[in-house]
Amino acid sequence: MSGLLAAMLEATGPTLFHYVLVPLIKIAIVLFAGVLPLIMYLVLAERKVLGFMQARVGPNRVGLWGLLQPIADVMKLLVKEDVVPRRAVRWAFVLGPCLVVAPAFVIFSVIPFGPPAATEGGISWFVTDINVALLMVLALATLPVYGIILGGWGSNSKFSLLGGLRSAAQMISYEVPQGFALVGPLLLAGTMSLVGIVEAQRDLGMWFIVPQFVAFFVFLVAGVAESNRNPFDLPEAESELVAGFHTEYTGIRFALFFLGEYANMIVVSSVAVTLFLGGWLRPFPSVEALSFLDLSFLPAGLGGVVWFSLKLFVFLFVYIWFRGTFPRYRFDQLMALGWKWMIPLALVNLFLTGLVKVWV
Amino acid sequence: MTDATDSRQPGDHLFDVEEMELNFGPQHPATHGVLRLKLKIDGERIVGCYPIIGYLHRGTEKLFELHPFFQNVPHTDRMDYVAAATNNLAYVGAVEKLVGLTVPPRADWIRTILCELQRISSHLLWLATHAIDIGAMTPFFYTFREREVILDLFEEYCGARLTLNCMRPGGQPYDLPVGWVEKCRAFCEEFPERIEEYEGLLTENRIWKRRTIGVGVLDPEVALDYGVTGPMLRGSGIGYDVRKARPYAAYDQVEFDVPVRHNGDTYDRYLVRMEEMRQANRIVLQGLEKLPEGPLMAKRPRVMKAPKEGESYYSVEGPKGEIGFYIVGQGKPEPYRCHVRAPSFINLQALPDMVEGALMADLVAVIGTTDIVLGEVDR
Repeated sequence: MSGLLAAMLEATGPTLFHYVLVPLIKIAIVLFAGVLPLIMYLVLAERKVLGFMQARVGPNRVGLWGLLQPIADVMKLLVKEDVVPRRAVRWAFVLGPCLVVAPAFVIFSVIPFGPPAATEGGISWFVTDINVALLMVLALATLPVYGIILGGWGSNSKFSLLGGLRSAAQMISYEVPQGFALVGPLLLAGTMSLVGIVEAQRDLGMWFIVPQFVAFFVFLVAGVAESNRNPFDLPEAESELVAGFHTEYTGIRFALFFLGEYANMIVVSSVAVTLFLGGWLRPFPSVEALSFLDLSFLPAGLGGVVWFSLKLFVFLFVYIWFRGTFPRYRFDQLMALGWKWMIPLALVNLFLTGLVKVWV
Repeated sequence: MTDATDSRQPGDHLFDVEEMELNFGPQHPATHGVLRLKLKIDGERIVGCYPIIGYLHRGTEKLFELHPFFQNVPHTDRMDYVAAATNNLAYVGAVEKLVGLTVPPRADWIRTILCELQRISSHLLWLATHAIDIGAMTPFFYTFREREVILDLFEEYCGARLTLNCMRPGGQPYDLPVGWVEKCRAFCEEFPERIEEYEGLLTENRIWKRRTIGVGVLDPEVALDYGVTGPMLRGSGIGYDVRKARPYAAYDQVEFDVPVRHNGDTYDRYLVRMEEMRQANRIVLQGLEKLPEGPLMAKRPRVMKAPKEGESYYSVEGPKGEIGFYIVGQGKPEPYRCHVRAPSFINLQALPDMVEGALMADLVAVIGTTDIVLGEVDR
C-alpha cells in the first residue's frame, strides 16, 4: 500500500499528490467503504432492533440473519420503474432527491473519524481539516430541506405539498436552536475546526457534554427534527400524509430520499459525537490510569476510530430507540417546542457559557 | 400595517388565500378501510369534512331477506369483521325473540364469554391502529401478540378466527372443547399485566397526551343527537351501556363496572376503552368460574318460521356501541325485512363535528378514536 502511494507520489509530484490524489482516495474510501455500507446496514440494524423491541424477529430470509437484505433492497429499488408524474414539475422533481443526498455526503469530508497524523506523512483520519468546518456543516445541513420542499412542491400532489410545507416550518423552528447549541462548544474550544474542537476537549480533560449538557440536549432534539425522524417525522407522517413529500417517488429516486434520511442521521450523530462526546477521544481523556483505553496497540490511530464508531453507534441506537417508543408530535406542537423551549434554553446556555468564558 | 382604508377584520388573512380540497381516502393508510373524506383545508386546518361512504357496500340487509334465519348468521360476521361474535349475538337474539326460543343457561354463558373476548380483541385492534395513526409504532405489535391468543381461542372453539359464525338461533352449536377453559383462564390471568404494558407506553406519555387531550371533543348533547353509543358516548360522560340498561345473555349475573369519563376528548375515550378491556377480562374470568352444565340448544322447530305479523328488535353492547337488529317477519322462514342499527355508521356521523377547525394530524387521531369498521358502515 505505502509502496503504491510512494510510486504515485513519484509520478505526480508533491502538490498534485497531497492536494488532489490523496483527498480523492480518501473521499472514495469514506463514501464507498464507510458511509454507504454503514447506511445500508443501518437500515438493517434499525429493522432488527425494532423487531427486537416489538416482539418480532425482523428480516431473516435473505442471507444469514438477513445480512444480505440491504443488498436485495437496493437491487429491488434499482430495477423498479422510475415514474415521473405527468403533471410534475420535472426539474424540481429530479433535483429534490439529489439535494437531499449530496450535502449530507459532502459534510463527511470534514468529520474527523480519528486523530490527525501523529508524524509527518502519516495517516490522518479525515478528508480535510478546514478552519471553518463548523460553519460549513451548518450551511450544508440546511440544504436537504430545500430538496424536500422542492420534491414536495414539484410532485404536484397535495399530500406531497403539505409534507414539503411541514418540512419548511420544521426547518425554521429547528435550525435556530441547533445553531445556538453549536455556539456553546465553539466558545469553549475557540476554533471552528472540528479537529481543533476535539483537541480542545482533550486539553480540557473532559468531553464538552459535561460543561455543555444543555447545548447537547438541544442539539440532540433539534438533530432528530433535522433528520425528520420520529417523533418529528411530520413531513412524511405516513398515517396523515400517506408518505408526505415522497408520496410520488418510486424506484431509485425514492431510494435517494431514503438514503438521504439515513445519511443525515449519521451526519447529525457524527457532529454530535465530535462536538460533545469527544470525537475519537477515549472516556476521561485526562485520567492517566485509563490510558490503556486508548487502544494504542492498534496501528495508525485506529483506536480513535474505534472509539468514534462506538459513540456513533450509541447515537444511532438512540435514534432507533426513539422510533420504537414515541408517538408523533403535531405540527403546531413541534413549532411550539422549538420556539418556546429550545430557543430560550439554547440562549440561556449561550449566555452562561459566555459569562464563564469571560470570567475564567 | 393597518390604515383607514384597510377593510380587513382581525383574524383575516394577510394575503389572499384559497382553501384546498383534499381527497382523503378511500385508499389511505389512516382511514381504516375505504372511508373517503372530502376535506376543505386552509393550510393544515380543516374547515370542512364530508364523509363519503359506500365503497364496501355489499347489500347485506337485502341478502338477509333471501336466506332462512339460520343461514343469515355468516352475513353478520362480515359486517363488523373484527367483532363477529357480538354481531352474531345481536342477530340470533333478534331471531330468538321473534320466533320465541329460550336459550339454555350454558349457551348464554358461553355467549357472554365469547362476546367479552371479542370485545377485548376488537379493542386491541383499535388500540393498535389508533396508536400507529398517532405515530407510536410499538403498541401495534404488542396488541397483536395478545389478539393472536384470543383468535387462537376462537379458532379452537369454532374453527374460524375472524368470521366466527359461532352462534345459532336457539343456542350454541358446539360445546367448549376440552382444555379451552384452562387456556382461556391462563390468558385472562396474564392479560391485566399486558394492559399495564400498553399503558406504560402511552397513558403518561407527554406526546401521547398532547396529541389526544382536547382533541376531537364530542359534547354529550351532540352525541345524544346523533345517537352515538358505546365508548364514544361513555367518554362524553353518559354512562349508557346496553349490558347494564337491558341485560341480555348472562350479563345480569356478572359483576362489572361501566367506565365513564367526562371530557369527551380522544384521551378520555382512550382511557374508557382501556378500562373496558380490564372489565371485559373480569367478566370472562367470572364466566369461566360460573359456567353451568346443561344443554346447549333450545328445542327448536326443524324449520324456523316467523309469526304472521311479527317484528323484533334486539340489541347488544358491541365493542363499538349498541348494535341492534330489527327483524320483520311475515310467517316465512326468511325475514321480510332486516334492518341493522350499526354503531360504526352512527358514530361516524359525528366525525365532521369533531374535526371541524382541527388540524390534519388531529383528523387521523379522531378517525382512530371513532373506531369505525367500514364493513359495518356500508353493510
